[in-house]
Amino acid sequence: MPAPLLEVRNLRVEFSGRRGRLVALDDVSFEIAPGEILGVVGESGAGKSLTGASIIGLLDPPGRVAGGEIRFDGRRIDNLPYEQMRKVRGRSIGAIFQDPLTSLDPLYTVGQQLIETIQTHLAVNGAEARRRAVQLLQETGIPAAEERLDQYPHQFSGGMRQRVVIALALAGEPRLIVADEPTTALDVSIQAQIISLLKRLCKEHGAAVMLVTHDMGVIAETCDRVAVMYAGRIVEIGPVADVIHAPGHPYTAGLMGSIPSMDEDRPRLLQIDGAMPRLTAIPPGCAFNPRCPRVFDRCLVERPELMPAGATRAACWLHATELRAAA
Amino acid sequence: MSAPLVAVEGLAKTFDVSAPWLNRVAERKPRQFVHAVDDVAFTIDRGTTLALVGESGCGKSTVARLLVGLYAPTRGRVVFDGIDTVGAGGARPASIRRRMQMIFQDPYASLNPRWKVIDIVAEPLREHGFGDAAGGGGAAVRQRVTDRVGELLASVGLANADADKFPHQFSGGQRQRISIARAIATQPEFLICDEPTSALDVSVQAQVLNIMKDLQVRHGLTYLFISHNLAVVRHVSDRVGVMYLGRIVELADKGMLFARPRHPYTRMLLDAIPDIHMSGRARTPVQGEVPNPLNPPSGCAFNPRCPHANERCRAERPKLLAIEGVQVACHAVEEGRI
Repeated sequence: MPAPLLEVRNLRVEFSGRRGRLVALDDVSFEIAPGEILGVVGESGAGKSLTGASIIGLLDPPGRVAGGEIRFDGRRIDNLPYEQMRKVRGRSIGAIFQDPLTSLDPLYTVGQQLIETIQTHLAVNGAEARRRAVQLLQETGIPAAEERLDQYPHQFSGGMRQRVVIALALAGEPRLIVADEPTTALDVSIQAQIISLLKRLCKEHGAAVMLVTHDMGVIAETCDRVAVMYAGRIVEIGPVADVIHAPGHPYTAGLMGSIPSMDEDRPRLLQIDGAMPRLTAIPPGCAFNPRCPRVFDRCLVERPELMPAGATRAACWLHATELRAAA
Repeated sequence: MSAPLVAVEGLAKTFDVSAPWLNRVAERKPRQFVHAVDDVAFTIDRGTTLALVGESGCGKSTVARLLVGLYAPTRGRVVFDGIDTVGAGGARPASIRRRMQMIFQDPYASLNPRWKVIDIVAEPLREHGFGDAAGGGGAAVRQRVTDRVGELLASVGLANADADKFPHQFSGGQRQRISIARAIATQPEFLICDEPTSALDVSVQAQVLNIMKDLQVRHGLTYLFISHNLAVVRHVSDRVGVMYLGRIVELADKGMLFARPRHPYTRMLLDAIPDIHMSGRARTPVQGEVPNPLNPPSGCAFNPRCPHANERCRAERPKLLAIEGVQVACHAVEEGRI
């Protein structure tokens, strides 16, 4: 196995406030190999966007990395000073955010923003930067790229804006792209276009992707591996086909069952009762235990770590070896 | 078979989006209109669900608002249980309003943050004079309203104690349950649901969809269900209407529509859904975007994106015709080209 491009070890993110500290991410560990697409899936508040923000160094205060480390290409990046992190961001790690309108500056033309980004990260002159900008827009499938370069973001439709954002993310020729819900604001027909575009371009440019989304369908179509998050932790991680077809964690199984299917008819959807706990009220033991259909004594007191569960790794006591031996 | 509960005929809504008068005069800007909904017709049988699907801006929410009476239609009729709700002129009688209610998309915006849940759910009861007929003083009526609110909350899986809380104390899924309790308070027969689950996480969406299905079975409710999510539509509906740029392009029973989509736009939508089971089915890449509704293409509105478009499609707008058991508005299907 090649050396990982990104290595996250025991990442812990805290928010300090008047009423004490909130642990928003706890003991999150994963890695991304060069050129790999890792999906991160979970419901609102599970911590998937925070994981992405920690990697690109854009945690909003009072949030801060309180423990663990993030290594990019072997170099530690979670404790870099702001100015140095600025050089990593964009150059080594690109970012795509959910809302294509707020990620673009409305007062500058698309060309100005692209050329500025290219010249910030690469030592090229103005003419060369412009040539590259046009080429990037063409690659992302924007018709009449030469003319579109001199237009403002409001002159683009939602799907076209997201193409521009992808072009911006690729401008510094990064080796990793953190894409946070890149298609959530888009219609389904446009979503399909953007997903296949992102997939194709990252392959062509040799960039790895961390794709954060709540849409299991998007994950299934795009990713090599997937990490499922719940209440600030990874509860299951593994190859995408295994996680979808043979989930090891009851939460993953419930999540899959609650998605209305296009292929089969069911009178009722499988439902997980209750809701994800608030960060202030995470139960002891496994955080999923109040909602889990297969809960037993150990889940209430002891918190499970990720352990092998078939082809995936799941944080669930059902897979503890001594239990299996007893059964 | 009995008459349908809801019948919509030739429904149209045009919005005037012209520049202000002074700009029109000084800058010679023309008047501009958006035909948000044009010539939409469908019927919904009692106890069934019609789903309308389409992408943003296709007019599906406008249809919902026309039906419930939040907009007055430019043309066309909405017939509810044999009564023309528009032709009467002026406000709808309370007797009709009581029988059709709406559930909105955003559970954060559709509940008054300053009201307790009991007041939110009781508002339609008070509005329609629930409990007045049985007599007794104000205290007796109040007690009946409180009891009824308790029943309603229980039917959507909330506790009696929740009645004294404020909306901000609830999660998105619980708020949507409150919206449902409010909508069914007056025992309506017809519920209009405008993207009721699109703001929710999937596990919570499953809870809400299950509640809606249970209520339909228990009270024989009729639903108009608006959504952009085809998988959700497939789960809840009996019939499906696909809208594109203000018009219905295909209207069919659920089984027919998903097994054998006829209109090229329906096919494109179905192809665009990410495939969770990775069955590796062939997918035609989706082309283009929805055109600007201010300046729709001539002929069939879908022709610039359609792989089967020809001269006739660019010149003549197709009518919604019954073809092999489904209604579809497409020249290519009518001529047997696809």
